[in-house]
Amino acid sequence: MNDFIAARSQMALSLGFHIVYSCIGMVMPVFMAISNYKWIKTKDPVYKNITQAWSKGVAIFFATGAVSGTMLSFELGLLWPKFMEHAGPIFGMPFSLEGVAFFIEAIALGFFLYGWNRFNKWFHWATGIVVGVSGVVSGILVVSANAWMNSPAGFDYVNGQYLNIDPIKAMFNDAWFSEALHMTIAAFAATGFAVAGIHALMILRKKNVNFHTKAFKIAIVFGAVAAILQPLSGDLSAKGAAKRQPAKSAAMEANFHTVEYSPLLIGGIPDTVNKTVSYGIAIPGLLSFLEHDDFKTPAKGLDQIPRADQPNVPVTHYAFQLMVGIGMFLMLIGLIYLFALWKKRAWLVQNWFLKLFIVATPLGFIAVEAGWTVTEVGRQPWIIQGIMRTSQAVTPMPGIHYSFYLFTFVYFTLSVAVIFLLDRQIKMVPELYDVK
Amino acid sequence: MLYVVILFLFFAIVLYFLLGGADFGAGIIELFTSNNNKSRTRRTMYQAIGPIWEANHMWLIIAVVIMFVGYPVIYSEMCTYLHIPLLIMLMGITARGTAFSFRNYDAIKDDRMQALYNHIFVYSSFITPLFLGITAGSVISRQIDPGATDFLTAYIFSWFNWFSVAVGFFTVALCGFLAAIYLIGEAKEQFDVKRFTKKAIIMNAAAVGFGGLVFLAAEVEHVHLAFWIFGNPVSLTAVIAASLSLVLLWYLLRKGKTNVIRLLAAFQVTMILIAVGYRHFPNIIMVKGGHNLSLLTDHAPIKTIDDLGWALVIGSFFIFPPLIYLFYSFQRKKE
Repeated sequence: MNDFIAARSQMALSLGFHIVYSCIGMVMPVFMAISNYKWIKTKDPVYKNITQAWSKGVAIFFATGAVSGTMLSFELGLLWPKFMEHAGPIFGMPFSLEGVAFFIEAIALGFFLYGWNRFNKWFHWATGIVVGVSGVVSGILVVSANAWMNSPAGFDYVNGQYLNIDPIKAMFNDAWFSEALHMTIAAFAATGFAVAGIHALMILRKKNVNFHTKAFKIAIVFGAVAAILQPLSGDLSAKGAAKRQPAKSAAMEANFHTVEYSPLLIGGIPDTVNKTVSYGIAIPGLLSFLEHDDFKTPAKGLDQIPRADQPNVPVTHYAFQLMVGIGMFLMLIGLIYLFALWKKRAWLVQNWFLKLFIVATPLGFIAVEAGWTVTEVGRQPWIIQGIMRTSQAVTPMPGIHYSFYLFTFVYFTLSVAVIFLLDRQIKMVPELYDVK
Repeated sequence: MLYVVILFLFFAIVLYFLLGGADFGAGIIELFTSNNNKSRTRRTMYQAIGPIWEANHMWLIIAVVIMFVGYPVIYSEMCTYLHIPLLIMLMGITARGTAFSFRNYDAIKDDRMQALYNHIFVYSSFITPLFLGITAGSVISRQIDPGATDFLTAYIFSWFNWFSVAVGFFTVALCGFLAAIYLIGEAKEQFDVKRFTKKAIIMNAAAVGFGGLVFLAAEVEHVHLAFWIFGNPVSLTAVIAASLSLVLLWYLLRKGKTNVIRLLAAFQVTMILIAVGYRHFPNIIMVKGGHNLSLLTDHAPIKTIDDLGWALVIGSFFIFPPLIYLFYSFQRKKE
């Protein structure tokens, strides 16, 4: 494994790990605050128990997310020193603000976790809200920094020099809004379905049904609403990508040829040598419509982009198909849930219904990883779109593959540890939280 | 605004050293506590740092962000030539942070898993400040050699030298000292007060010993440490102030003034950082061949520095009041 590939793999691994923990870390506090609100309002001790059980989960995820975030802030420099040397002053603004937001989140979490029965209950509740809000704000800021890599702004690039730097303009680059919106909704959908799925499994097993039913409901309402909204933000993101990153857009669709009435491709196996796609379903004109709002204008294909500036087409295409497929499925079962809530309450306790949500447990996060793959692999070979190539940014230090093996080991161990701890949390629910 | 940014960087480093350092020290104290008393130490420690735990480590993030936004060239240089010690430090931070949370939030408190968390926690509490100190020592050691062509000179000897390693152990001793002094005030029983006092004495002696070694190693590696510290009135005053406050600290400790001695310990460490930092300010990285990277010249474009300065100033209005209230309320509620 050469150093460049090792560095990219390590970065992908680190971000792929961190993204899960940060999604949960920003969404779970919101669930926790809602359950706490219900406890204060209804005085039903089940809600207090759910709040406390979830807050332990938040503590575990926050700690893991905080350390993996700390690692990332160093890895940016350890692996991509040339990138940070030039990009740091330009896209650093959201990172500075994120440092502040993250700090506030840590303070508020200290109040919330250790503050039961110590403070006024509404003050305590508000600290939980602050954890959630600052978590979401942190997420938006980090994504805005990533958006800058896709859509560089706030400087003039003249003869290899980065001049007239404006960090505020860089932060509010063209892609920040659509990317931040898409990621935030994705975090709510993925976490909502994951949490709901685990509680659904417990209901199916007839364990602490009352506790798990109430917890399920809070999580799934968020998951369902987010999943239904997501295609709208996805459309916004896709239009943005088509405009700013035609290579990424074409790779997502495996669109090799620029033609009028460009078809939207569903599935399919791209062949990069012969520039064909087999086994896909093509819907004529739809891609043109999604990109340009009319069926005729051609969508830019890979034939108009130099070979050296193209990303890996199969990876981008498969990841995109996976993300969209899962997104559609989650939207569908989200609609089923809301329909059941409205018209068919009897469904809510039936086995087939619960099983549907158990199946969906990991799907949201798989879609998040796939989406992340689309945006990162799709941007290659650039680390700053159109400005700096990823290969120019990598550290000169040899032997990065050892570092990659080490990180793989660490993240694998941490993942196993977190799953182990969550399993033990769930096992202890009857003992700790049974209302006699 | 440049000086505002430098001030924040200095504050973030000092606060991380004091608060994060005391956290590391608590783990170091636990490491050097006999098995019979380990759980007592752990209980005291958990009460002391539980609520403020995550916040204490945010100072590192603030310092890193200031570095890569405000001083990208310096950050990139450090990350390249000190890749390995930084990596080990990161592993330490990860192992430590997760082990600490896991041992408190594991729903089942069985001995086997708790013992595992404890092991990871105490050893990483030792490793992390060691490599933090090594990194800090390396940047002023003149051993970083951008002209190096072989792996060992470029990436190993940049930090694996007598001076850097001595600074690493000195840092560990200081962290242990800070924690022991802090824990004296947290202990509820006379027995624990005595134990932590004894630990403070040992750590104090260790700090003095390793401090001496740092000077010795500096001579071996041709680092002009003695000149930096004794060759100018500000550093000299800081050193004298630190020494006098140490005497005062031990005197007040016998009187049981636990809050005053905490401040004195913090004061000492701050003085040490000023004594070392003052003479070679604004140079922050000194590389082989006499070239230095300076906080006053090697910064990001001034527009970035201005925006960063404002972000930090405005951010601190959001951070300090709740942070101080957090410290205050958990101190008060315990009494």
